Amino acid sequence: MTNYLFYPGCSMETSAKAYYESLMAITEILELNLIEIEDWNCCGATEYLGINLIPAYALISRNLALAKNQSNGSNTVVAPCSACYLNLAKADHYMLERPELGEKVNLALQAGGLFYKPGSLEIRHLLDILINDIGLETIKSKVTKPLKGLRVAPYLGCMVPRPDYKKRWSDHEHPVELDRLLIALGAEVIDFPLKTHCCGGHMPQISPSTAFELIRRLLHGADQYKADVLVTVCPMCQMNLDAFQAETNRHFHTNYKIPILFFTQLMGLAFGKEPKQLGFGRELVNAGLALSRIGLEAIETEASITQPKRTKKTGLPMPNMPADTEVNP
Amino acid sequence: MTSETVSQNITSPPLESNPNLRFLEEVSGATAGVARLEMCIQCGSCGGSCPSSADMDHTPRQLFAMVRAGMREEALSSNTPWICVSCYHCVVRCPQEVHIADVMYTLKSMAIRTKLYKDATAPDFSATFVDMVETYGRSFEFGLATRHYLKHFPLRLPGMAPMGLGLLTKQRMDITPNRIERIDELKRILQHAKELEAIQ
Repeated sequence: MTNYLFYPGCSMETSAKAYYESLMAITEILELNLIEIEDWNCCGATEYLGINLIPAYALISRNLALAKNQSNGSNTVVAPCSACYLNLAKADHYMLERPELGEKVNLALQAGGLFYKPGSLEIRHLLDILINDIGLETIKSKVTKPLKGLRVAPYLGCMVPRPDYKKRWSDHEHPVELDRLLIALGAEVIDFPLKTHCCGGHMPQISPSTAFELIRRLLHGADQYKADVLVTVCPMCQMNLDAFQAETNRHFHTNYKIPILFFTQLMGLAFGKEPKQLGFGRELVNAGLALSRIGLEAIETEASITQPKRTKKTGLPMPNMPADTEVNP
Repeated sequence: MTSETVSQNITSPPLESNPNLRFLEEVSGATAGVARLEMCIQCGSCGGSCPSSADMDHTPRQLFAMVRAGMREEALSSNTPWICVSCYHCVVRCPQEVHIADVMYTLKSMAIRTKLYKDATAPDFSATFVDMVETYGRSFEFGLATRHYLKHFPLRLPGMAPMGLGLLTKQRMDITPNRIERIDELKRILQHAKELEAIQ
């Protein structure tokens, strides 16, 4: 068993529950012991940094201070969310690069009886741990049900491969780590050119048309490559591409139906876990069809809402959008 | 902004009393890490790499030229920092290693402080998010979404209802916030941090 300090981040408890469930389902198989940082707080996402500098960094650093106090032999913090990972890494990096910032942040932390020495923890993303610590050979050896016949678009988003302060990734724009992991699971992996493009971040809440265009590009790309599913390593990317897929379709008169899954969900499937244990069914764009390709039954969620069937054939005349059939036959 | 206004600002004789001459220093000073903004060679790699530049008033390159020319009001009222999606494409491509994304955060916070932003949607979103975090220690998506969408996107709500309902029924959104245990400790830290920031 290898011990790691674990910073789940807010979305793992709510919008990315499937990520949390699937991760917890595979930790034992991978002999990964994740010790949750006690009483951790939000990292501030991309919002606090744009308001106040010292408070934003103090907010992030409280987690680092708590983690260090709890370290017990392990000095590696693992974050599964890209934004959390980057914020934690960023605070550590900049407090070293600009000691005045570190001093001020520590003065603030003092008000809570805490202290963090910059550089004393290693901050890493979950994918990095799985690839570089656990290793592809080990992962491959645990596969009992290879994902044969499933076409997967590997999607990393921005904040894992960039800015990459510690130079851990093979490339900033076309890293191959996730591809290799998915190949080890037996999946058919497409060479996805948009793998590190932006999902829109917080833009659905700020400038929807900007966000929808970024979401459209990714869905269009995955569709062009005939991917059955798009796999992400980030709760924010999953949320934008999954939950806003319908609104994006309405905006552009398209009809994309690409399930967006977490890479840990596919790992669980390949390790022979039941889809239900892995948070399947929580996605808004149903992954049932994709699962059926690898011989698994789709999960009907208890609350799948269906419209009552219209009995009369002549109903309200509805316009038939040409894009529905022409763009995505 | 036209290119003439930029050149006017660059060539106009420096006035001792003009606080805008120190704008570049101010921006660098308020940025985490070493901003390296003065190293910019105006190559435009940033704008060319930017996935959202089409919606920006100015490309990052133009914006940095404005900052260096001391065009405080124009720079702080540009929508560019607010349209930046923090994807770090420009950051890894910049030949001068300017901390572009962090400079954008700085310009946002300065625009909030001086109230020079033109559209309140993004500043309001950040403020609401931070408000939730300061109150509970965790983000609270349901509270954030309802408050923000009611104020800024009420017309999108009917179309978004199925998504909201989906997130609720699939238990991907809690209607009550999660709190951290030692919220008082966090509040003391943030309060002290704000006082330290005010001294700068």
